[in-house]
Amino acid sequence: MTVKFRAALVAVGAVLALGAAACGGSSSGKAGTAGSGGTFKPAAQTGGTLTVWVDSTRLAAAQLYQKQHPEVKMDIVTYDGDANGSNYLQTKVSLFNRTGSGWPDVVFSAENNEAAWAVPAGFTAPLNKGLIPQATLDGWATNANAPCTVDGTVYCLRNDLSQTVLWYNDKLMKQWGYQVPTTWEQYQALGQKVATEHPGYLVGAAGDTFTPEVYMWAGKCGANQITGAKAVTVDTTSANCTKMAGLLDTLILDKTMSTSSVFSSDFDKNEADKILMMPGPSWYGGALFQGTFKTPAGQIGVAPMPQWAGDSSPSVGNVGGGTWLVSAHSKNLKAATDFLTWATTSDDYQGKLAPGYPAYTAAAKTWLAAQSASGYYADDITAPLTAAADQVWTGWGYGQFSQEAIWAATVTPGVNAGKTITSLLPAWHDSIVNYAKTDGYQVASK
Amino acid sequence: MRALWPGRAGHGFVAAYVVLLIAFGVVPTGYAVYFAFTDGNARFTGLSNFSRAASDFRFVPAVEHVALYLVFWLASLVILVVGLSLLLQRMSARGVSKALRFLYYIPGALAGAAGVMVWLFVLDPTVSPVSFLLRAMGFDTFGQVVAPGQLPVLFTLIAFWTGAGGWIVVMHGALNNIPHEVIEAARIDGASAWQTARRIQIPMLRKWIIYMVILAFAGGTQLFVEPQLLAQASVGVAGRDYSLNQLSYDFAFQNNDVNTAAAISVELLLVGLVVAAVFVARSGFFDAD
Repeated sequence: MTVKFRAALVAVGAVLALGAAACGGSSSGKAGTAGSGGTFKPAAQTGGTLTVWVDSTRLAAAQLYQKQHPEVKMDIVTYDGDANGSNYLQTKVSLFNRTGSGWPDVVFSAENNEAAWAVPAGFTAPLNKGLIPQATLDGWATNANAPCTVDGTVYCLRNDLSQTVLWYNDKLMKQWGYQVPTTWEQYQALGQKVATEHPGYLVGAAGDTFTPEVYMWAGKCGANQITGAKAVTVDTTSANCTKMAGLLDTLILDKTMSTSSVFSSDFDKNEADKILMMPGPSWYGGALFQGTFKTPAGQIGVAPMPQWAGDSSPSVGNVGGGTWLVSAHSKNLKAATDFLTWATTSDDYQGKLAPGYPAYTAAAKTWLAAQSASGYYADDITAPLTAAADQVWTGWGYGQFSQEAIWAATVTPGVNAGKTITSLLPAWHDSIVNYAKTDGYQVASK
Repeated sequence: MRALWPGRAGHGFVAAYVVLLIAFGVVPTGYAVYFAFTDGNARFTGLSNFSRAASDFRFVPAVEHVALYLVFWLASLVILVVGLSLLLQRMSARGVSKALRFLYYIPGALAGAAGVMVWLFVLDPTVSPVSFLLRAMGFDTFGQVVAPGQLPVLFTLIAFWTGAGGWIVVMHGALNNIPHEVIEAARIDGASAWQTARRIQIPMLRKWIIYMVILAFAGGTQLFVEPQLLAQASVGVAGRDYSLNQLSYDFAFQNNDVNTAAAISVELLLVGLVVAAVFVARSGFFDAD
């Protein structure tokens, strides 16, 4: 081979690999803007168009606000709302930080842990330091804004709560003479009874990414105890964790606990009409039973989440519940704050239009009244949902790493392959520790 | 006028390509190399970004995943593309070749992501048009189909379906370039179809096969769209940080660490270069016939 050919060879090789590399993940730049840290310095307030990013569900909020406030010049942009951990918002903000422009003024996110990255990225404006009065902030349900609070400063506002409750089919319960369980022990016993008396029927589903949030969180399993801005304690083998894992394993083996996702086509086709009970968040009622499963009116009831026998402090889990953020770079802080306050507190939207349980207590009352008046539910849903709103267990936090993603990648494939959740607890532990460390967390593990 | 600058049209075309290559190939690559050796404050850091990437708990599994995928993908590409092209060549006399070439090419005409979306439906036993096949293989749910152990095969299937048609068309063209007299002589000498393929057609296709392997290798190491979409569709059960490119993406946008992300990209570039160099050197790719 001649020298010339060798040179050509290198050149061709370079071109071949280059094109691919350029298309791939080689986008680079300086590290993001430093954390907002100390005092907040707003950008020069020049006004202009208010840019609002919402998901398709929250589009109604932005549109209604625009209708009621025609004087505000708005640019409403719909995006995926960061649902399913798509990281769209974080990706875009990281790029905007690099280019120094492009940030939206207000953003809705379906994820609860946005503050964990958005605060260090310098994207969010502190809301309780002059932008929104404390009297207004006091109107939120207990701990509702915990995911938004970093070192005592509130960086976002909770849109809706996703406290878990026990949904059940009132008609079947009465028909078969069953009592709605109040403890996890009773719940498991009833599941085992259903397996023999009414095989094919379900008492829950554990195939979703939020299985750990419905069962492990509610059962006080301390797998995800966020103890500081960058500190987490991980314990997946405590008594509460192994008890809950054992409960799920028993019911999965009995086939009364589904291992399919409640949003999958096979669940909808084969199992949706076989639900006797299902622990799940407040939005299951409208989104799942009424919307996806088309369960007829008058059948679905709500009961408090079961508790461990002898445990006197009731606890429930939480599955999502979106947040609203105001950009620290906004040149329209007043308009942005007005919109934010309206979108999270107004009866017109939160009370009457919003699909989920409003995090703002006054709006929640209106919302609950409307739900009861709809006549869809078998009994009054107000009491169990209102009580659960204040019982979300605070031993589980909102880290930057996604608990849903970790469970989905670590535990779900094992369950699909026939392993028990109990046997996967150590792998779950290691995975949480690894992801937490990668995101810069100090990890204490037990 | 014409004599002043012969072939200027050719230079014009090449110039446009060179400009695009520099703007979207060379400059971004130089930028990536720069970031791979610096930190967030633009200080030179030597190889520390590379060691940070290599010591990440996701790195070794990602290398294994991509390596396994490349084995499946390159083997299927070489065997099936060459085999199908030879079949196509034999059928050309019967007039079905054109229809088949068109058929092979259709999946390639779908954009990459759209092709993957089609497969997401095909692989879900509840909605798949071939659900009977999936059930016969013991898969009742989407979760069982996308089990981690099956991903290299699934990604190979998807990549083959979306990418192989174009190569079959290329190989078919190359086979047509083999002088008719050579094939004719082989037939007169009593060579069977298999002997003709093995002793004459495949050796004469060698450079095209090498070319295909080099490009497919470089493309294969960049595995991203298939696992990324599958991760979204399977809500994370499969593939969220499966490949090196996904890991690089995660470093850049999840961990806000573009420098380590760039280090992974540079490693992929190096691997692509070295493999291309080895193949080219050993095959005499640029030797004059």
